[in-house]
Amino acid sequence: MGRLGLRIATAAGFAFLYIPIVVIVLYAFNAQRVQAWPIQQYSTEWFAAAFESPSVRAAFALSVEIGLGATFVALVLGSAAAFAVQRYRFFGRETISFALVLPIALPGIVTGMALNSTINAAGIGFTIFTIIVGHATFCIVVVYNNVIARLRRSSRSIEEASMDLGADPWQTFRYITFPVIRTALVAGGLLAFALSFDEIIVTTFTAGTQETLPIWIFSHLRLPNQRPIVNVVAVFLIVLSAAPVYLASRLSGSTGVGGSRT
Amino acid sequence: MTTSPTALVPKSAAPASLGRRVLSALYVRKRLQLALLLAAPTGWFVVLYLGSLAVLLVTAFWFLDPTTSSIVRSLTLQNFVTLISEPVYRTIALRTVTIAAVVTITDAAIAFPIAYYMARVAAPRPRSILFMLVLLPLWSSYLVRVYAWRVILSPGGLLDWFFTTIGLPGLSPGFSDASMWLVFSYLWLPYMILPIYAGLERIPQSLFEASADLGGRGWMTFRRIVVPLVLPALAAGSIFTFSLTLGDYITPKLVSNTQFIGNVIYDSQGVSNNVPFAAAFAVVPIAIMAAYLLLARRLGAFDAL
Amino acid sequence: MHRRAIAALPALAIVLAACSGGASPSPAPQATGPAATPAATVAAAAPTVGPGEGSLNLIIWAGYAEDGTAVPEYDWVHPFELATGCKVSSKPAGTSDEMVTLMRQGGGSVYDGVSASGDATLRLIGAGDVAAIDPSIFPDFANVASFLQNAPHYVVDGKHYGVPHGWGGNSLMYRTDVVNPAPTSWDVVFDPTKSAPYVGKITDYDSPIYIADAALYLKASRPDLGITDPYELTQPQFDAAVALLTAQRPNVGDYWSDYAKEIDNFTSKAVVVGTTWPYQVNTLLGANVPVKSIVPTEGMTGWADTWMMSAHAAHPNCMLKWMGWMLTPQAQSMVAESFGESPANPKACDLLDKGVGPYKLASFCTAYHVNDSAYYSTIAFWKTPLANCGDSRGTTCVDYSQWSQKWTQIKG
Repeated sequence: MGRLGLRIATAAGFAFLYIPIVVIVLYAFNAQRVQAWPIQQYSTEWFAAAFESPSVRAAFALSVEIGLGATFVALVLGSAAAFAVQRYRFFGRETISFALVLPIALPGIVTGMALNSTINAAGIGFTIFTIIVGHATFCIVVVYNNVIARLRRSSRSIEEASMDLGADPWQTFRYITFPVIRTALVAGGLLAFALSFDEIIVTTFTAGTQETLPIWIFSHLRLPNQRPIVNVVAVFLIVLSAAPVYLASRLSGSTGVGGSRT
Repeated sequence: MTTSPTALVPKSAAPASLGRRVLSALYVRKRLQLALLLAAPTGWFVVLYLGSLAVLLVTAFWFLDPTTSSIVRSLTLQNFVTLISEPVYRTIALRTVTIAAVVTITDAAIAFPIAYYMARVAAPRPRSILFMLVLLPLWSSYLVRVYAWRVILSPGGLLDWFFTTIGLPGLSPGFSDASMWLVFSYLWLPYMILPIYAGLERIPQSLFEASADLGGRGWMTFRRIVVPLVLPALAAGSIFTFSLTLGDYITPKLVSNTQFIGNVIYDSQGVSNNVPFAAAFAVVPIAIMAAYLLLARRLGAFDAL
Repeated sequence: MHRRAIAALPALAIVLAACSGGASPSPAPQATGPAATPAATVAAAAPTVGPGEGSLNLIIWAGYAEDGTAVPEYDWVHPFELATGCKVSSKPAGTSDEMVTLMRQGGGSVYDGVSASGDATLRLIGAGDVAAIDPSIFPDFANVASFLQNAPHYVVDGKHYGVPHGWGGNSLMYRTDVVNPAPTSWDVVFDPTKSAPYVGKITDYDSPIYIADAALYLKASRPDLGITDPYELTQPQFDAAVALLTAQRPNVGDYWSDYAKEIDNFTSKAVVVGTTWPYQVNTLLGANVPVKSIVPTEGMTGWADTWMMSAHAAHPNCMLKWMGWMLTPQAQSMVAESFGESPANPKACDLLDKGVGPYKLASFCTAYHVNDSAYYSTIAFWKTPLANCGDSRGTTCVDYSQWSQKWTQIKG
């Protein structure tokens, strides 16, 4: 067909995707504080500065904490909702699947402002929990989508067979159902974690003085003196995430029971 | 699965534990199961999310008293009157929607070859690597990537330098709508690639073979088989690109000197504390996205997310 | 088994990172100079204030709470933290409006204090968001420049609602290698003929308060309008300023509210002339970018910043200690030199003349008119436009909510 054309188009697409990444890596080694092109001098001094900075470490730890919290909530609620929608017929089924998409379909600033007004009206403070709630709201749909897609491709006959053989519901869930959705949970969970980790808009509206990594990056990008350190942090994030992301991609590739490409 | 069948046989000698009895009872009562499964997510959503949205929408009908700078809680339409009567808000809304549409089309065009290659041409090992390469940019901080684009697009920046080096006149979009289009297309590209990839991957190979058997050439197969089957995935991906562009205020602030819907909402809310007006203007993207979602559902996007 | 081990690796990495992040902050860098200030100075700054509560949350203009990560010599956060035990976390804001909104978050209990400019102070005071304090508890307050000790932007009905921090102006900056002849007036950005060579390369400050800059220009160039106070404008005066800015709009390359953006723009020549703050000038000159900053003939608008404490502050003692510390010559000298503003306490001049860090300037106090009340009175300091003109015109002036709405329309 246009096999060569396809390869060229793909390569061009990936090049487009990675040009700014290359720029970021280059600037992590920029000796100067002002970000001008071309780079005059290279230096590795910012790597040391970034690793020594306590505020970077604190922001990173906070983001990890919030990510784990939001992912956990999303895993529990998302899979519960997926099972409910996939396995049962009930009134309002269509509405629920529509409503679940809203947090990710409506712009972040709308979600953020809505939650902010509610938090202010309820008189509760802006804490790490308000941030987790904000993040979980759009993380749920990511897990939900993955799990429900997996459930659609798997058949219930295996579960029924297991019951016929004498297993009780808990054993069936543990030995039959859970392994089927396990990879969907991991893939959904990793994507949810990624969304939460890099989230800035909703976080701005649900945080008080807490500084997640994106908020730290935002306030430091505005100060030109801190820009090189921010680039170093970005490079570090890419390197750190390569392994888990590769894992997620391997897991997403595997098919569920009863599903295939043929 | 590596469990042996004997593990599934309960020890009928010992009486079932309380937990097991509860679960068995639960298994029979389907309604109760359903209720328990749904309770938490529904509670979360209805109370926290939809409730907050409702509060926001009500706020749109209040107004800010200019003298005391505090919100007066009596219903009025004055925010909406301002929105309709002042032409600048129409201009901003139109600009945002236009760029969102252009970005969606651009992303679909760039994402399709990549997704097709990954789904149907690449062997499993390279496919995983490519999949990882698609996801990796999402981890490197949205903000840093936008700032990197500023470096690329500014006068004397990477793009300008590249063009002058190869002998063409310099090109630096700088603060223009063209820059917005480029940067937005770049940022949301992975969100378009993923659903299309998933959609293409699901097409059974046998369909291609059947089409070939029936005499369809490459382009015919593509037009008659692939496009209809991948349309839901395209619709799903477009939900992301459209909605993310519609509400973003950070990228326009950094890469453009014009205002988008997100900027007006953010400035009204954060800068002049005029939450009612911000909420009123927020109705615009909410309405647009609600309509878009209904259309996308028709196209089957919800099964392809 | 093998797969499980691999799956555990990322989790392990995350846990390790989280563990290291939970450690307490490392001690201040061993810099020579003011960072080695003993705790006594901090303690002496506010001797009668009770023990600190352990943390302090501030809203600041970026650069107002430096901790040495940018330039090691400019660190007035670590000495304070070490002496008082109040861990400082600061949120930078781009405009006064943002500061007012942030200050009101959570009913005023989220942030303990703010470095407010004159266009935020009266709003905060009027709405009861900030607390009155007794300046006599700070021994250094007596040394504050005379024209600041009872300035109307933070002293109302004889009550002080904060302590002065510093002041400066919105000067005109231009690239010396591009802008010729060297400008002397704001007409290079406002007048269609004068600004013609720089179309698309002009920059404005991104806030409704910038309308006052246009009004200031019109005060000199259109005496028929009779503008006396650029913040108290009657409807025709306001409309003229808005019209000027609307006409200028096609020539404007960028509206800035964060320093990095303006610095980037001037470095890459995306923008070559426009209003600026001393911080950007210092940074650009430090990076050897050929710029110059002048005070045009029409004068300039400016800001006089005050540290104010929230009326519902969760950590009032820490905030008072911070206020006291920020009045001392040591803190003032670091602030003034790093940001490039005139310190409220002229006693800092002794330290400034010796030089504190890389941005030192010979005869700093003369260059920045630190004790010059005549110069101070030529700057049109930011204040919130109110309907009440404050003079014989009564309540016919245009209030700030209209400024905000019009600003959105000007930018388009």
